[in-house]
Amino acid sequence: MSEVGPKEVIVQPIFENNPIALQILGICSALAVTSSLQVTLVMCVALTTVCAFSNLSISLIRNHIPGSIRIIVQMIIIASLVIVVDQVLKAYAYQTSKQLSVFVGLIITNCIVMGRAEAFAMKNPPGLSFLDGIGNGLGYSVILIAVAVIRELFGSGKLLGIEIFPLVTEGGWYHANGLMLLPPSAFFIIGLLIWALRSWKPKQVEAPDYKLAPQSTALREAH
Amino acid sequence: MSSKESTKKTITVALLLCLVCSVIVSGAAVLLRPDQIANKALDKKSNILLAAGIETEGQDVNELFSQFTVKIVDLDQGVYDTSLDPNSFDQRKSAKDPKLSEELSDDEDLANINRRERYATIYLLEKEGEIEKIILPVHGYGLWSTLYGFLALEGDANTVAGMGFYEHAETPGLGGEVDNPRWKSSWIGKQIYNEEGKSSIKLVKTPIVESDPMSVHKIDSLSGATLTAVGVENLFNFWLGEKGFGPFLANLREGGV
Repeated sequence: MSEVGPKEVIVQPIFENNPIALQILGICSALAVTSSLQVTLVMCVALTTVCAFSNLSISLIRNHIPGSIRIIVQMIIIASLVIVVDQVLKAYAYQTSKQLSVFVGLIITNCIVMGRAEAFAMKNPPGLSFLDGIGNGLGYSVILIAVAVIRELFGSGKLLGIEIFPLVTEGGWYHANGLMLLPPSAFFIIGLLIWALRSWKPKQVEAPDYKLAPQSTALREAH
Repeated sequence: MSSKESTKKTITVALLLCLVCSVIVSGAAVLLRPDQIANKALDKKSNILLAAGIETEGQDVNELFSQFTVKIVDLDQGVYDTSLDPNSFDQRKSAKDPKLSEELSDDEDLANINRRERYATIYLLEKEGEIEKIILPVHGYGLWSTLYGFLALEGDANTVAGMGFYEHAETPGLGGEVDNPRWKSSWIGKQIYNEEGKSSIKLVKTPIVESDPMSVHKIDSLSGATLTAVGVENLFNFWLGEKGFGPFLANLREGGV
């Protein structure tokens, strides 16, 4: 395992090793909660908190976790944290928690949290693991916020509920793009973001699994 | 290494972890409960305001809510009840209390709620002694869940002024569209009772034509949510019928409450 400092651990997941764009994890919630920016921000904070603290607590007890039950141990810690976050949201951000509904609970099954716990926190000291959790939460947030800005702006002409493009239905000039409010649009946007990211950093392009064999001359002449 | 993997160690770690986690989770639940209850109450109030068509954005919900008169209705008699305190009476709890509720027979139980409470809390908006809006609590079973909501009627106790559900667990995007503002606004202005005085709300899948004399009772149904729509239709007709607020509203129309 290569030596990494605190700075790399935080910065790397944002563009170099982004959990959504490169590791393709956590897509489900990225589709579901990004139709409005405010909800997205709350979701990002929730996921970053859970990811950071699950990494911290798993790393703290990593030398005591028996290998045979390690996944269950990780799940219990993550699930407890998610319930706490859900309770806090219900107490202090009731409207948003109603909109997020089931998706806060589904952070439990978010592959980013599990993936970092298993891949990083089990092998690294607590401080570094905590930062890794924050870094990956930020990486997730960057993509989600980008998607949410595009979806809310073009889908309803607003950002954070503030009107940017006046809608035709309210006497303005902008025809809202209804597709942007539906989950499939997030797929397209994430796809385009991955394309942009990989054009910028060609190192992230995966080697193709197979290559088309060149056609033999005999086959070509047979046509 | 071997000690870490031993059965004893595995069980100890599992038990300790469960203990710590359960303390954290229950601690959070208990500590945050008062705030959550306050939020729920506030949410219910803002839903009553929304059903009545009062804008709540950026205003103090408690203050807006104070213009309502809260009253208890005896559903069997169809009159106001004065023996219970409207501010502390919990209608939802009373539905489970054998003394304050009655079991419904299968024919009566349109809304699929098994038991109906005897007393209900209603909210009146009054201007200069005249009733302007009546907000009635309703609930009933949809597809997956019991829907809890409010129906606002105009002072004539027949015209719908608004409706909305504040608690349900129907499928988001299908049955969950009961929360769709555009759909909810399609209820406004509809008439509840037909000429015989029977509650006749109907959710229909075919286009509503103005020339149809029944069109004042018809509301465009939700696409992809047939069972939720049937539940919504039934629960309104139940709560506005004989077993619900029917007798009370009839008394109110005749001015005899």
